[in-house]
Amino acid sequence: MFRDIFNLKSVGPLVVIFIILLILPTILPRFYTYILAVIFVTALLAMSLNMVVGHGGLFQFHHGAFYGVGAYTVALMLTKTSLPVWTGFIAGPIIAALTGLLIGAFCVRLTRLYFGMLQISLGSLIWAIAFRWYSLTGGDDGMHGIPMPPIISSQNSAYYFTLIIMAICLIIMYLIFKSPFGATLQAIRDNPERCEAIGINVRRHQLIAIVIATFFAGIAGVLFVVVEGSVFPDLLFWVFSLEIFIMCLLGGWFTFAGPVLGAAIMISLRTFVGIYTEYWTLILGIILILLIFFLPEGVWGYILEKFGRQSKEAIEGGSK
Amino acid sequence: MLRVEEIHKSFDDFKAVNGASLTVEKGELVAVIGPNGAGKTTLFNLITGQLKPDRGKVVFKDEDISKLPPYQICGRGIARSFQIANIFPRLTVFRNVQVSVLSQQGKSRKLFYPAEKLAVKETNSILESVGLLDKAGSTAGSLAHGDQRALEIAIALGNEPELVILDEPTAGMSPEETTATMELIKRLADSRGLTILFCEHDMEVVFNVAQSIMVMHQGLTIIQGEPDEVRNSSQVQECYLGGAEPC
Repeated sequence: MFRDIFNLKSVGPLVVIFIILLILPTILPRFYTYILAVIFVTALLAMSLNMVVGHGGLFQFHHGAFYGVGAYTVALMLTKTSLPVWTGFIAGPIIAALTGLLIGAFCVRLTRLYFGMLQISLGSLIWAIAFRWYSLTGGDDGMHGIPMPPIISSQNSAYYFTLIIMAICLIIMYLIFKSPFGATLQAIRDNPERCEAIGINVRRHQLIAIVIATFFAGIAGVLFVVVEGSVFPDLLFWVFSLEIFIMCLLGGWFTFAGPVLGAAIMISLRTFVGIYTEYWTLILGIILILLIFFLPEGVWGYILEKFGRQSKEAIEGGSK
Repeated sequence: MLRVEEIHKSFDDFKAVNGASLTVEKGELVAVIGPNGAGKTTLFNLITGQLKPDRGKVVFKDEDISKLPPYQICGRGIARSFQIANIFPRLTVFRNVQVSVLSQQGKSRKLFYPAEKLAVKETNSILESVGLLDKAGSTAGSLAHGDQRALEIAIALGNEPELVILDEPTAGMSPEETTATMELIKRLADSRGLTILFCEHDMEVVFNVAQSIMVMHQGLTIIQGEPDEVRNSSQVQECYLGGAEPC
């Protein structure tokens, strides 16, 4: 199975990148290691969103809600219960996926913008809970200094943990992307009516996709807690959801790997331009305008088109 | 095999289909004709579940299917094509048909197996029979109009249907393309043992090919019968065929 999908030519460069990322913390200053870890977390989050937005054509406008649910779940379980630490790590994604199932079940009954609007409303309810329930969630202060198990409590070990989990998740996502499920999902994106007419239960397919995507968003939420050691309501705020959406567009939402690049660009901008000016979103705005005019397929979509591989391969992830 | 009984559908005040009836026997090539706005497409949408009838029944193989959602009707063995090319523009031609075959085989939700390895033989055989095999790797949206129409039919065939409903399969085609497409449809009907229901503007095409013709006018079935019978019907001549005065 693996050999069918991952051929040596495409895996080679990835292995090299992975090894470089493994070595980097030993040479990089602590700050940059931290930024890289944040990029991994955000990249995983953007990838999970792109599964439903870019490949599924769904207007998943409030993906941050599920990220936040994953993060809050693990934070609450580590601080408020005496259950074994690892149960919190497993509960994060599962609760996020259950939330996805619940919200998704309502949303898939609507289409397009209505889907997005309803999701923003329902997601904002969760944000309100995190924001207002002081005794449980710490309200707008959030929760800080969440104790991590010693094995991943140092900055470098958190980095490695994040990197490895992200890599595993991306491999699983790629398998799903290339599977009949993924192919059908892309067909639904292109033409849901036609899919109904060829015997596909479109709503159920979309709902399954949402559950899978929110599961991965939950994993990203857990990794966030591992890296930052804290949670706060901004994670579930709809403005942040918009940022993730922009990462997908920026990287190239019809490609598989685009959102990783989009996340890296966004985080770098926020970090390095943010040093000089509070108004880094101004730069982001200009970049977005240029993007819409010159790179409608996103940065990664453009690279794929420019350097040899056909754009249709980009869309289908390199299938023949 | 398919029986439509006195079916009605209104949009607000407009009665799009107002008592249409239709019978399709197994193995037949049945055509629905009628002037623009006669309700042909609405009738097809009612049969395949895109629309729900206000009154009346659609019976397929002794089962009332008028209340089923489209994907279940498809599962019963009815596939359709659409009037405007209704394909998956960003996917390859191969993938367009493969998705349909996978759905037929109940493999749409398989999560961890490369799609490339599944349903390849079936997909290629369908592409070959509609003459698109050499374009299997192209992006569907980049095909010429005629090829997109052929792909449209190929997607419908992917479901291994017993009954195929084609909504104006030759819309927007040149006379040569029209002839070729009708030949293709006839050939597919013979080689795959399909029952075909289609609607069409071009009278010549219809009377050459169809074994049974249903004439619709203002949402109502005027007559259904063999081509000769329909040609000689005074009602039809008055209302539609070559009649000097418009009706």
